[in-house]
Amino acid sequence: MDIALTILVDGLIYGAWLFLVAIGLTLVFGIMKILNVAHGALYAVGAYAGASLVGGYLFATPPAALQLPLLIVAALGVALLLGPLLEGVLLRLFYGRDEVVILLATFALSLIIEDLIKQVWGVYSYYVSEPYALFGVIEAGPLFYVGYDAFLIVVAALVGLGASAFLRLTRQGKIVVAMIHDSEICRAMGVNVSRAYLWTFTVGVFLAALAGALIAPTLAVTPTMGVNAIILSFAVVVIGGLGSVEGAALGALIVGCTRAATVHLWPEGELFIVYAVMAAVLAVRPRGLFGMPEGRKI
Amino acid sequence: MTDQRLSLSLAAAIAASLSLAPVAGHAQETFKIGLVNFLSGPAADAFGVPSMNGGVLMVEALNAGQVPAPYDGQTGIGGLPIEFVQIDESGGAQVQIQRYRDLVEREEVDAVLGYDGSGDCLAIAPVADELQTVTIFSGCGTTRLFEEASYDYVFRAGAHTTMDNVALAHYIKRTMPETKTVAGLNQNYSWGQDSWRDFTAALTLLMPEVEIGPELFPEPGAGQYGSQISVLMRAKPDVVHSSLWGGDLEAFLLQAGPRQLFARSHVVFNMAEHVLPRMGEKAPVGLITGGRGAVGELRPRTELADWFYEAYAEAYGIPAVQGPFRFVQTILALKTAAEIAMAENGGTKPTDEEIAAALAGLVFETPSGTVEMALADGHQAIQGAAIGIAAWNDELGRLELTEVEHFAARCVNPPAGVTSLEWIEGGMVGAECE
Repeated sequence: MDIALTILVDGLIYGAWLFLVAIGLTLVFGIMKILNVAHGALYAVGAYAGASLVGGYLFATPPAALQLPLLIVAALGVALLLGPLLEGVLLRLFYGRDEVVILLATFALSLIIEDLIKQVWGVYSYYVSEPYALFGVIEAGPLFYVGYDAFLIVVAALVGLGASAFLRLTRQGKIVVAMIHDSEICRAMGVNVSRAYLWTFTVGVFLAALAGALIAPTLAVTPTMGVNAIILSFAVVVIGGLGSVEGAALGALIVGCTRAATVHLWPEGELFIVYAVMAAVLAVRPRGLFGMPEGRKI
Repeated sequence: MTDQRLSLSLAAAIAASLSLAPVAGHAQETFKIGLVNFLSGPAADAFGVPSMNGGVLMVEALNAGQVPAPYDGQTGIGGLPIEFVQIDESGGAQVQIQRYRDLVEREEVDAVLGYDGSGDCLAIAPVADELQTVTIFSGCGTTRLFEEASYDYVFRAGAHTTMDNVALAHYIKRTMPETKTVAGLNQNYSWGQDSWRDFTAALTLLMPEVEIGPELFPEPGAGQYGSQISVLMRAKPDVVHSSLWGGDLEAFLLQAGPRQLFARSHVVFNMAEHVLPRMGEKAPVGLITGGRGAVGELRPRTELADWFYEAYAEAYGIPAVQGPFRFVQTILALKTAAEIAMAENGGTKPTDEEIAAALAGLVFETPSGTVEMALADGHQAIQGAAIGIAAWNDELGRLELTEVEHFAARCVNPPAGVTSLEWIEGGMVGAECE
């Protein structure tokens, strides 16, 4: 297998993971103007929920056909439980305040969730590797790839296309786009912004939990697994432009391929290449690749 | 009763009362220790919690007099019950310094034991000397601790990282003499870099014909190793060396197994032993690993080692791995040294100075075998290492480490008076390898 093709495949796999984590983060920021630092902790909760349902911890390991649906059910359960609870009880207290206050509140929330994870699931790793074998192994020249990684690329593409189609083609999506531009005007036009916020945050939690649940089969589920994911996701959404689904997709692809190329060609640079790319993009486009200049309100 | 029998009975009673005198005199006194390790954060599941569990088990067994020889004499420490305080090591060096001061000044502990983070050990050591409190480190592997400074009250009861990697180099020469190429996958921080440095230095000395590369340094906590596995699969090295640990190690094993890396190369780890009992059949068969000493399934088959291994499994439902084995070395070092000091001072509770004097150069028995405080003027331990191959055992229904190769302490540790890297690069002069 040619090295350029290897880099592309490795970059796509890594980028798919990054995009799945980042899309919820960028949607919540775009609509609610909340930089949700707790997104990584919610990603970890999704992974634990998926591992509990499918990994044989709560019940016997389910048959292969049920494993992927149950991972999605786990993410849905997390979203329906935590989304309304966190938005309705906690975040509403901070609307209208400085964005930094909300950022600090979500940071505190991430620490609380991490501790709650330890209370509920303990500190030891959980494993749910059964779905990782569902799609077999693909031989490509000297390399072997796991079919599940290809499945994650397809899921990431479907999630991205689905989100983009929803925002562009549906009435609710157009309302959401309007809210991204100006929630105040939307409120004046009769849009129930509070309810939209509730649903937006719940969808954001679902996307975080879905990413966690689907990634869980590829690694060990640990209380701190969201830390690195959230840092890289921030880099992705900043490169793409905060609030842009297309930007998150392009950002994930750029970061994924750049990192893969660095690992293959210049391994010493792996630690900082993502941030070097981010700095380079921001130097040219301070609002990210798809970031739009903010209109001045009179 | 004849006069002779009366005399014998009186003599026995006097002897018994004399032998009990020190204990009776301290009836209300205890030996209070601070136990420190990661109870939260990424190192908690790999090392911290198992270490603390092992420490608590050992303290309670010592208090109850249940530990086999050579610790089946006096209970606790010199007959004084051991009281302990548990402290979380997470939070970084500055937080640890504050917690250490709290332990010494507010909790008034007699000694502090533990610490797995190299950064924490480097930060605590000067504070321990300032407060003149005996402090025995367990896990931190950095060679810098005593190679760049010296301390009066600070000791490390386990070997530093050089041992693990020199042992791996010997292992490759001994069992895989046909090796021509070696690649590395180590985290990009001091532990990973030092491990790779010592390993490659030792291997190129023992097997000068070996080619090194590629050298991969993913960031700690990366979790995704797809690109690194592709690089290794393309390079097809005979051997891959790694010092990954905890969740990163587990993720790598889960991802590299299905991608056939273990079928293509011999993958050797310096400390992967600690994840095998929990991963069970999810860990790849054929994995080669040490455990930073002869620990867990790599332990020497002594009465003390088997007792600890089985008592831990019974108490916590999982076999003891390297964390608990390393941690209890600090407790047994303290007990041995304090009791030597008490024997010399007439049986009173020893001072920090007396314990420190007894600790320097101490030789004591542990579940990992004999440990000798041989380096850094008697402040740094050396011990033997062991490396085995993971194989599935149908009878046990789990992975076990087989074909274990043992390495003598004086074969894989530098002698006193020379730094680790100088010793390796200088040809490992003085190594006593059979």
